[in-house]
Amino acid sequence: MIGDLFKETIWSLAGNKVRSGLTILGIVIGIASVIALVAVGQGAQNSIAKNIESIGSNLIIISPGSQRVGGISQGGGSSETLTVDDAEAIKSEISNVSAVAPSISKRYQITAKGNNTNTQIIGTNSDYLIARNVAINSGSFFGETQMKSSAKVAVIGPTTSEDIFGADADPVGQTIRINNIDFKVIGVTVSKGGSGFNNQDDIVYVPLLTAQHYLSGNDYLNNISVAASDQQDMATVQSQITELLLRRHKISDSTQADFSLMNQNDIIATASSITGTFTMLLSSIAGISLLVGGIGIMNMMLTTVTERTREIGLRKAVGIRKIYINLQFLTEAVILTFLGGGIGIILGWLASLVISKLMSMTAQVSLSSILLAFGVSAGVGIIFGFYPARRAANLSPIEALRYE
Amino acid sequence: MIECKNLVKTYINGDVRTDALKGVSFKIDKGEFVSIIGPSGSGKSTLMHILGALDNPTSGEYFLDGHEVSKLDDDELSDLRRNMIGFVFQAFNLLPRTTVLRNVMLPLLYSGMTAEKRIKRAKECLKYAGMEESKFMNLSNQLSGGQMQRVAIARSLINNPSIILADEPTGNLDTKTSKIIMDAFRELNRKGHTIILITHEMDVADCANRIIQIRDGLVERDAANKPNDHLI
Repeated sequence: MIGDLFKETIWSLAGNKVRSGLTILGIVIGIASVIALVAVGQGAQNSIAKNIESIGSNLIIISPGSQRVGGISQGGGSSETLTVDDAEAIKSEISNVSAVAPSISKRYQITAKGNNTNTQIIGTNSDYLIARNVAINSGSFFGETQMKSSAKVAVIGPTTSEDIFGADADPVGQTIRINNIDFKVIGVTVSKGGSGFNNQDDIVYVPLLTAQHYLSGNDYLNNISVAASDQQDMATVQSQITELLLRRHKISDSTQADFSLMNQNDIIATASSITGTFTMLLSSIAGISLLVGGIGIMNMMLTTVTERTREIGLRKAVGIRKIYINLQFLTEAVILTFLGGGIGIILGWLASLVISKLMSMTAQVSLSSILLAFGVSAGVGIIFGFYPARRAANLSPIEALRYE
Repeated sequence: MIECKNLVKTYINGDVRTDALKGVSFKIDKGEFVSIIGPSGSGKSTLMHILGALDNPTSGEYFLDGHEVSKLDDDELSDLRRNMIGFVFQAFNLLPRTTVLRNVMLPLLYSGMTAEKRIKRAKECLKYAGMEESKFMNLSNQLSGGQMQRVAIARSLINNPSIILADEPTGNLDTKTSKIIMDAFRELNRKGHTIILITHEMDVADCANRIIQIRDGLVERDAANKPNDHLI
């Protein structure tokens, strides 16, 4: 009996290869697109989270507050309130602080050997390495002497190095030109694997004094990066810094502070709200493709089964019991959806691999997306493969045979 | 063998009431070759559906080999059709893209018979119905009309039924092929099969030994007939 059912199903599917193939294709596309889309979404989310972590843990960033001109806010970071003295005060007066790195940043066009690129120049000190998790790959970072003498030396990121010197060249000892001033390259940082906007590998570090003298022309800072010695001290360190700076800036009301503090958790919170939106976007695209795929499967199943109403009528007329007709169509639907589902999962997974290779991120195939895509497609396929067949098997053979 | 007692079939479609059969009674014995003839709308198709256990009468009784058919449910009707009735349809109704052999074996599905026995039986029936052995593995849609009807006849014989019910079996065939198919039915009857032929053509009906004429849902005439083969 079961042998008969199975053989009949296989013959029926193999007998019309185009019909079976198209049905499977519909299911494959539905499932593969959902799996690939969700994988890309989750991969993006993870890579953003990783980027943020690579900025440095225990990090507190102090930015100047918004400048007010006659009660009109000029936006965060627009005022010139933070000075090198503030940074030194933090370092000397607050315990549990392992690094304080005042910094100036500005974008410049830099040139060398006829190549040029636009990149971010950061003027800072060697504490920046600790605070921001930056490591030196070749050469060295600038030391105390170079800091004090405002030496024209630079440490460049690997992406910048590649952009102006080429992939395999050793830039240490070469000269780059920033704002028409020659800087000697003394080191290259280790890649942090960032990409796109705010790429931490496309960067040039120069001593803080040098930046103030030759580039910004004033004493004010864009921000101060502070590393707490321990993650558990973060809250204390943050409140001590706030207190100290309010005192130094002679502000009594903390709501009027002309600076703001942000720690890594704040950044992660902000970023996750962004990636959350991103994930929502991708999920809705995946949802739509699931819907479209489902409707496609439903269409295929409905038309093929309706097309076969006469066949069902004939089977009934020659005396095959309803239950066997129902079982045959159910088995056909199950085989089609499972075949399509299997191929769809493999294809979706392969697509995710290809996307990972082409883009600089790892697309992550998740079990939940596989289960969801497969579940919905299989459910739709089986319901709409089985239900119309059941309806046809319930017709009298005469009606089914006459069906056009 | 077959006994109809006062068969009535009424279709109600919305407010429209159609009396397809208004009380039809007759008996058919084993080994008879009976034609049921009538113009379209006479109720002969409805009668054929009831005789074929494809439909139940509104009232009246129908006995097939001692079974009261009108009392059976869907599955019991299926079993009855499979075991006792062989159908030959006007439109052949073969499974498309399926071999001749598999078409003939269709009623044997889920019967528990081994594959070898099925194939042996199907081949016997095909030869019996006059099919050439070289065509057994051809797909059904590659056959001519006459060949398709032979396959349908072979299929109707596969379960060794009590009656063979042919509904306009020559309706889709040309005159020459019609004659061949009708000869095949005569041959089956000579071998002892009970055949009921439904048609609206007098010359086709004339092949039978008995003709039942239906008009307006009633038996108009029921008489023995001397078959005249030359008329086709």
